[in-house]
Amino acid sequence: MSSHTYDYLDGNAAAGELSKIFAMDVTAAKGQCAHCGATKRFAEAHLYMLGPGVVARCAVCEHVLLRLVNVRQRVFLDVRGMTYLSLDAAQLEASSDLDA
Amino acid sequence: MWRVGTVVALHDETATARTITLKVSDWTGHLAGQHVDVRLTASDGYSAVRSYSIASAPNSETRIELTVERLRDGEVSPYLTQELAVGDRLELRGPIGGWFVWRTQQTEPIQLVAGGSGIVPLMAMIRSRVSACSAASFRLLYSVREPGAVLYRDELEALSDHDHSVSVTYAYTRVAPKDWPRPPGRIDAALIANTTWPSNLAPTCYVCGPTSFVETATGLLNASGNSSDKIRTERFGSTGDRQ
Repeated sequence: MSSHTYDYLDGNAAAGELSKIFAMDVTAAKGQCAHCGATKRFAEAHLYMLGPGVVARCAVCEHVLLRLVNVRQRVFLDVRGMTYLSLDAAQLEASSDLDA
Repeated sequence: MWRVGTVVALHDETATARTITLKVSDWTGHLAGQHVDVRLTASDGYSAVRSYSIASAPNSETRIELTVERLRDGEVSPYLTQELAVGDRLELRGPIGGWFVWRTQQTEPIQLVAGGSGIVPLMAMIRSRVSACSAASFRLLYSVREPGAVLYRDELEALSDHDHSVSVTYAYTRVAPKDWPRPPGRIDAALIANTTWPSNLAPTCYVCGPTSFVETATGLLNASGNSSDKIRTERFGSTGDRQ
């Protein structure tokens, strides 16, 4: 077992914050960890929300996947911990229908 | 992206949990398992955002139900469960989340595992199954502190005893009813083996509850042969009022 404490949530819990930036739900997308190469749903990432922003870590190796921080009037998004995100094209269609 | 919901009904589920029915005129529908973010803003501008699972099944109405458990040191839940009144308005963002959801097209066996108020999004799935007349086989393992803390007891009883929509197993952690076959305690391997779907049926498992509960439950489901990619989880922390 790794040494992390049990104070994290699932990537699901970031869906509201991420919806401020992305047009569709990113938590159902698959992302590849840039550190260990594991490909999992973003919803499965370990999420730490008690700091000044949101930090998502890989559920396999705990490497940082994403950071989202609100500083004064700006929002900083750092996603270099992921090599890619793959999204369901059908869901993309659905989310644009929903907004229409 | 923030919508406004008007409180149209309040219903106490237990001594500490209340269901809030909101009318949201521009609601575009939701999936069972999704949540909303609720934002409360004080007169001095301070605001707090908390996530609450939707308890009601998707429907064509523009009403949703949230069941909120009051946390002793909570910043938001005491207000929502004690002071909120019919006619009040709440700011909402959502529906949110596309992963911890059950869709009516799913036909595989479904294993639900709830810890405490983690039952809320799972109840939306059960209600969705009923309203869609789905034939998917549902089992629920509901771990709860004591009999008085069980949410939706009558409805679950009706659905399991008469309707057979879902088969329910209660696991009491502190106080069990008299003559209950299992002494109070945390869920364990024997309980998982005896009451959940055998892993060879490849059930999709939805686990929701406090972080430590989810950790335990997913470990046990894994150990009994369920692969990680068939287990979807939703944790709520101990400090954030998360439901």
